[in-house]
Amino acid sequence: MNKNKEQLLNKRYKAEKRFRLYGQSAIFMALLFLTIFIFKIFSTGYSAFQKTWLIVPVTFDAELMMLEQNPSKEDLKDADYYDIALKSMADLDPNANEDQENELKRMVSYFFEREIKRELLNDPSLIGKTKDVYLTASDDLDQVFKGNYPRDLPEDQRRVTDYQLKIFDQLVELGKVESKFNLSFFTYPDSREAELAGIASSFMGSIFSILVCLMIAFPVAVLAAIYLEEFAPKNRFTDFIEVNINNLAAVPSIVFGLLGLGILLAVFQLPRSTPLVGGITLSLMTLPTIIIACRASLKAVPPSIREAALAMGASKMQTTMHHTVPLSMPGTLSGTIIGLAQALGETAPLILIGMVAFVNTIPGSPLDPAASLPVQIYIWAESAERGFVEKVSACIMVLLGFLIIMNLFAQIIRHKFEKKWS
Amino acid sequence: MKKNGVKMIKINSKNVDVYYGKKQALFNINLDIEENQVTALIGPSGCGKSTFLRCLNRMNDVIDICRVKGQIIINDFDINDKSCDVVRLREKIGMVFQKPNPFPKTIYENISYGPTIHGMAQSKNEMDEIVETSLKKAALWEEVKDRLHEPGTGLSGGQQQRLCIARAISVKPEVILMDEPCSALDPIATAQIEELIDELKKDHTIIIVTHSMAQAARVSQNTGFFHLGELIEHGSTDKIFKNPENKKTQDYITGRFG
Repeated sequence: MNKNKEQLLNKRYKAEKRFRLYGQSAIFMALLFLTIFIFKIFSTGYSAFQKTWLIVPVTFDAELMMLEQNPSKEDLKDADYYDIALKSMADLDPNANEDQENELKRMVSYFFEREIKRELLNDPSLIGKTKDVYLTASDDLDQVFKGNYPRDLPEDQRRVTDYQLKIFDQLVELGKVESKFNLSFFTYPDSREAELAGIASSFMGSIFSILVCLMIAFPVAVLAAIYLEEFAPKNRFTDFIEVNINNLAAVPSIVFGLLGLGILLAVFQLPRSTPLVGGITLSLMTLPTIIIACRASLKAVPPSIREAALAMGASKMQTTMHHTVPLSMPGTLSGTIIGLAQALGETAPLILIGMVAFVNTIPGSPLDPAASLPVQIYIWAESAERGFVEKVSACIMVLLGFLIIMNLFAQIIRHKFEKKWS
Repeated sequence: MKKNGVKMIKINSKNVDVYYGKKQALFNINLDIEENQVTALIGPSGCGKSTFLRCLNRMNDVIDICRVKGQIIINDFDINDKSCDVVRLREKIGMVFQKPNPFPKTIYENISYGPTIHGMAQSKNEMDEIVETSLKKAALWEEVKDRLHEPGTGLSGGQQQRLCIARAISVKPEVILMDEPCSALDPIATAQIEELIDELKKDHTIIIVTHSMAQAARVSQNTGFFHLGELIEHGSTDKIFKNPENKKTQDYITGRFG
């Protein structure tokens, strides 16, 4: 009998040990996947925060720029920079023929003219002089410099010609190629040229969408939750509403996109591709999340607090507004932030309402066309150029950073403002 | 309290029936509560004594399925009448609950809440005075006067319960209902509350639900014994405890069931 008991006890201990092991390996697996995922994104994406510049001597020849003597600021703005820009690139190889001059031109971005213009506008005394100017390297050379480009491919399978590589290597040897922090990734809107593409448009688009979403979803959801939880009678009808709110939370986001397309764009004729429409569509999605979070935190307020207030002669409204709602706010707010974080990462409905359009301006209001960060990821991931591969990962890093900050904020609110009752 | 030898009746309940859905919880309760006396309601768990207490300030309204029938007359006015304003009623009839339930706010705010919503103080000074008198009456002033602006939830259990009593008396109610106010407290805190109850009956009519027969005997002048939703016997505490008429009452107070 005793021996039997001993065996049983041992068996129970072993079962517990096994269970712990399963749990630990599950956590290990989860962490492993997460690490691989993050490592992959960082290792591909970090190079997008660096940009390669070619340092090219530019001669600001007044004659080529069609400038008179003592030009005014306006004259400088209207001057023709294309010829001096072409000439400075061609001058990199004095023996170049016409084809090769063309190839030389394509070693830098098509912004090179603008970059030279900016230089002169900053310092008009440069006229007639020669200065080394930083020009954005083409995305292919950028990748070559970062070591991401397969140089050993046969020439006809490469976008970079042998001639371009030869000149580029000469420049590298002379120290005329430099890598600097890629500020334009944050300040430029999207572009078809990878070296000029930035997230400014989609970042602002995301911010505007989220703000619109917050301003619509939060008040509606909180009022609905308070009414349902505190005031509405409990009957079949409110049960039906509750079931439907839960169903709404489970509706695939693309359906909301279709709704936005069919109602907001087709019926109400709101402007296409704008954060306004995106935000309204996202708010439909966020609504049930916030309602559920708010109701849960209202439910978590102990009934004794309500009774205390009611017994003091507070009306139902006073009890709710003075006691229940303030006590439920931390939970509601963190639920809201989590709902917004979800909305921030949403792609499908935004694609349907046209926020997938190529937008190369930075939106100044929710009524301007814009992309959003997740849609930007989608657009870039579809692009063929090698330069966009790192951009995709970099954009994911920005989006993840954004989400982590929001979730952290939700945690802080919850911990800091959650009151404890006896 | 007797005026010219006549008992002053504060609350007069006639044929009170309470239903939770289809289940009847109280059967035809007729009970008079004397003014400025402590009335104890005793009985085994689930006998309906708390339900009856909650009828007196219409707290049963909170429960959707609960229905109350019959008359409860306070100051010549039937509180179950449709014209009765619940907010006014609860201003006159305070309540202290089983578990201390201070608002998760400061001690000061806990007390000032009632007077604020009922507009009882015109100035900050007046409010300070109400807070001070309420806390003094609840015998808590000395312990908390230096930390009025600290959270009320930081107090000990007994202090929290006295805070709740102070909160209840801050609006100067005529009646205070106490629903097992000492069941979550230790003996010392219980003794303090009992002393307080004795003090409070000068200004208020008190009805206390208790599980402790010793407590009922100590603090009350009148006692009502409930069993299975019926008021079996009521009368002066002396009589109920020393010379009960009903067999069930005797069995209960001698500890034969309950």
